[in-house]
Amino acid sequence: MTTQTVQAKALEPLIYELSASGRRAETLMPKLDVPESAPLPAHLLRDSLELPEVSELDVVRHFVRLSQLNYAIDKGFYPLGSCTMKYNPKIDEDTARLPGFANLHPLQAPETAQGALALMYTLQQWLCEISGMKGCSLQPAAGAQGELAGILMIRAYHQERGDTKRTKILVPDSAHGTNPATSAMAGYTVVTLPSDARGDVDLDALRAAADETVAGMMITVPSTLGVFDENIREIIKIVHACGGLMYMDGANMNAMLGVIKPGELGFDVMHYNLHKTFSTPHGGGGPGSGPVTVNEKLLPYLPGPIVAIVEEASEAEGAPRYGFVMPEKSIGRLKAFHGNFGMHVRAYTYIALHGAEGLKAISRHAVLNANYVRVRLADAYKVPYNRMCGHEVVIEGRFADVPDIRALDISKRLMDYGFHPPTNYFPLIVHEALLIEPTESESKETLDRFIEAMRAIAREAREAPELLHSAPHTTPVSRVDEVYAAKNLTLCCRLPSAD
Amino acid sequence: MPYIPHTDADRAAMLDAIGITKLEELFDAVPAEYRFPPLNLPEALSEMEALWELQALASHNAVAPEYALFLGAGAYNHYTPSVINHLLMRGEFYTAYTPYQPEMSQGTLQATFEWQSMIAKLTGMDAANASHYDGATSFAEAITVALTHHRQKRNKVILSPNIHPQYRAVARTYHQGNGTRFVGDKSGRATLDDLLDLLDENTAMFAVQYPNFFGQIEDFSNLAQKVHASGALLCVVTTPIALGLLKPPGALGADIVVGEGQSLGIPLSFGGPYLGFFAVRDELVRKIAGRIVGETVDSDGRRAYVMTLRPREQDIRREKATSNICTNQGLMALAGCIYLALMGKHGLRRVAEVCYHKAHYAAERIAQLRGYQVHTRLPFFNEFAVTCPRPVAEINRYLLEKHQIIGGYDLSQDYPDRENQMLLAVTEMNTRAEIDALVQALEAAQNG
Repeated sequence: MTTQTVQAKALEPLIYELSASGRRAETLMPKLDVPESAPLPAHLLRDSLELPEVSELDVVRHFVRLSQLNYAIDKGFYPLGSCTMKYNPKIDEDTARLPGFANLHPLQAPETAQGALALMYTLQQWLCEISGMKGCSLQPAAGAQGELAGILMIRAYHQERGDTKRTKILVPDSAHGTNPATSAMAGYTVVTLPSDARGDVDLDALRAAADETVAGMMITVPSTLGVFDENIREIIKIVHACGGLMYMDGANMNAMLGVIKPGELGFDVMHYNLHKTFSTPHGGGGPGSGPVTVNEKLLPYLPGPIVAIVEEASEAEGAPRYGFVMPEKSIGRLKAFHGNFGMHVRAYTYIALHGAEGLKAISRHAVLNANYVRVRLADAYKVPYNRMCGHEVVIEGRFADVPDIRALDISKRLMDYGFHPPTNYFPLIVHEALLIEPTESESKETLDRFIEAMRAIAREAREAPELLHSAPHTTPVSRVDEVYAAKNLTLCCRLPSAD
Repeated sequence: MPYIPHTDADRAAMLDAIGITKLEELFDAVPAEYRFPPLNLPEALSEMEALWELQALASHNAVAPEYALFLGAGAYNHYTPSVINHLLMRGEFYTAYTPYQPEMSQGTLQATFEWQSMIAKLTGMDAANASHYDGATSFAEAITVALTHHRQKRNKVILSPNIHPQYRAVARTYHQGNGTRFVGDKSGRATLDDLLDLLDENTAMFAVQYPNFFGQIEDFSNLAQKVHASGALLCVVTTPIALGLLKPPGALGADIVVGEGQSLGIPLSFGGPYLGFFAVRDELVRKIAGRIVGETVDSDGRRAYVMTLRPREQDIRREKATSNICTNQGLMALAGCIYLALMGKHGLRRVAEVCYHKAHYAAERIAQLRGYQVHTRLPFFNEFAVTCPRPVAEINRYLLEKHQIIGGYDLSQDYPDRENQMLLAVTEMNTRAEIDALVQALEAAQNG
């Protein structure tokens, strides 16, 4: 079989290009141990099935070679801001694959799934304790879905009170794109709030916007600029005073464990990213998990079902009986079944391995690492908010004396030094932003090597700028043409037509 | 401390560079009265203690193969070839993130491109995206595409009551704030003709499931023509193993095809992480949400892959994006991709045939039992409904306690008029001995 894809050298053929008519993985063909029944009527059957015909070894080699084209935490430093690319403990992979979890069907009767339900119940309790909240739902499959849950809960809360004139959600201009996108999905108008010169929310703008049409505000703590907003209590007071509710985007919880509890601070609802803070692996783009926790106000609206104790422990039976319940005014289901349970197992394992002291140490060292990078880069790069930062720091990837060097060039050159680049061009309000999140997993030696690479690149920008423009030079492919992909849209392997 | 490599000397040097003396001073910007609250959590466990604790929890669940499993209803017990886990466990795949930097992510990008290709071929559509959270959220996002396609001028969605009840529930959750009207599934009894009568100039989408929630293959041969005559889009919810045999939804005229990819080598894992797939006709590609990988070249003319059509997405388009999706189910799509490559053209068809024959064997034997009625008027794939002589909950308790069998799904939970109806699923993992044991146990369950 041949394909009509880009006529060019390829690092690794497409799996379809490895295909040979008639080849198959024989040992994987299931046997039939019952009599054959009458076949389906012919008009219901497909004529052809265009899947590859390859051997098991073909598949193994193909995907091993593909894996070798990737960079990953297991290979090296991955300071992708806002993503918390910390070490993913191997034991978490083992616990999630225990047959008692992996083979458990989601619709089994609760009495056959008490171990899984106990785990989910305990994780709900732990996430409430860590955030200072009163209730938790593990349903959301990712942070963005947690956000949708939170905003829909805020909407349901106001509707319940007949408060239908609230049509706006306030969002700082530094926010993740998911915040405004979520608000729009839930039917709200987004009001963007400017940041002040220190990177905090502009309080005058907030006061001017806070009126009886505001349903709530979404804010990330510490902010996506990497700083703890010094006016956070004042912000919460202003929004509550106008009748709005406060949503905390928990993407940056890795800076907050045992440092502050959002519920105590006055937030009404927040989400976690288990794949960030509690180190469930990012998987090349998921799966994630985005549990939400809430205070008393929003308890009845949690997405469900959630796990509850349906019968207290008795003397005869040492353990309580767990079951699923739907909160009384729930916004409903967010996905089929009960959330990304495999990620719940990994996060449970991770928290169990840390305990309170371990979790506190995470945030203290994540923030230590980010501040160390900040002070050591501040004389080579512009640090627009050069004050004590949270677990990440934003710098500008540009130099006044070499105007044609961009953040993208610096990122690509960093690959030649063996590092994954920081997040590029986010937050949007920083020119040529490079958002660096080292995480607590990284040693001083690794940070020093990264800092030296960044400083070397700043020198190269002046002395040999072509090295940056033409980077990367050491990766499996050189700079990839994004414009070509969009103009010559090829989204799947084109096979020759059957005729 | 777990996974924190700092020595005392490192900490001292780093604090000194920052110009402070204690870690706690890093947090001076946090309001003092809320700073450093107590955390009431159990003491840290060592790795072996944690493993024991998790093993103990896992042991309190009843699972296959110790129990014979005949439960489906959207999650299926198929065989996962050994190769899949070995490849998924490669740190290069599972400890990477979204391929924002294509030069360092060609492995993830090419695998995603291959996944998109295989899903497009399997469903008979032109293009597919990288993934959604699961089948239910794929379905909810398909509705968004239909609303966008009609520029929000049509707000009615016709739902077949034979679509998975949880998918319909999730669609309603997603769209509770945007004025979408859902019709068709109220009574649970509407026929395809009843649903077609609801079509009008305000209908954005008409949605069916294939095979439907009860495992039946409804006759959709002229459906697309009728739906398209009103200007609405046709969305087909499907399941990939069945497509090893069945005519693809693309050939039936579907505009959007979505579904759950868990059957493709992904463990049951109590409901997640699973894999939503999403395929469309070319005309709709620019309106779909999620990551899409396209083919391109690098600066040396080598073939390469990159995320494309990015301006649709939330991080660029913000409140004008049609979806907030960011992280999806990347590693699960890799599992699905490996599964389809391994099983391939012959293997997928073989798995589908074996499921089909085993389910039909089970249905024929149960149909012979006194007191049981098997609902197989329409052709079916590997699931079928059975009316039992007693409430399903009672029968299932008996099967579990006396025979180590996890019985079917109790349909009366979602369809009140399907009293005593059980939905049974049979896959290649159910041996003849298991099926025969189920039949005997059902016979015995008449009297309990």
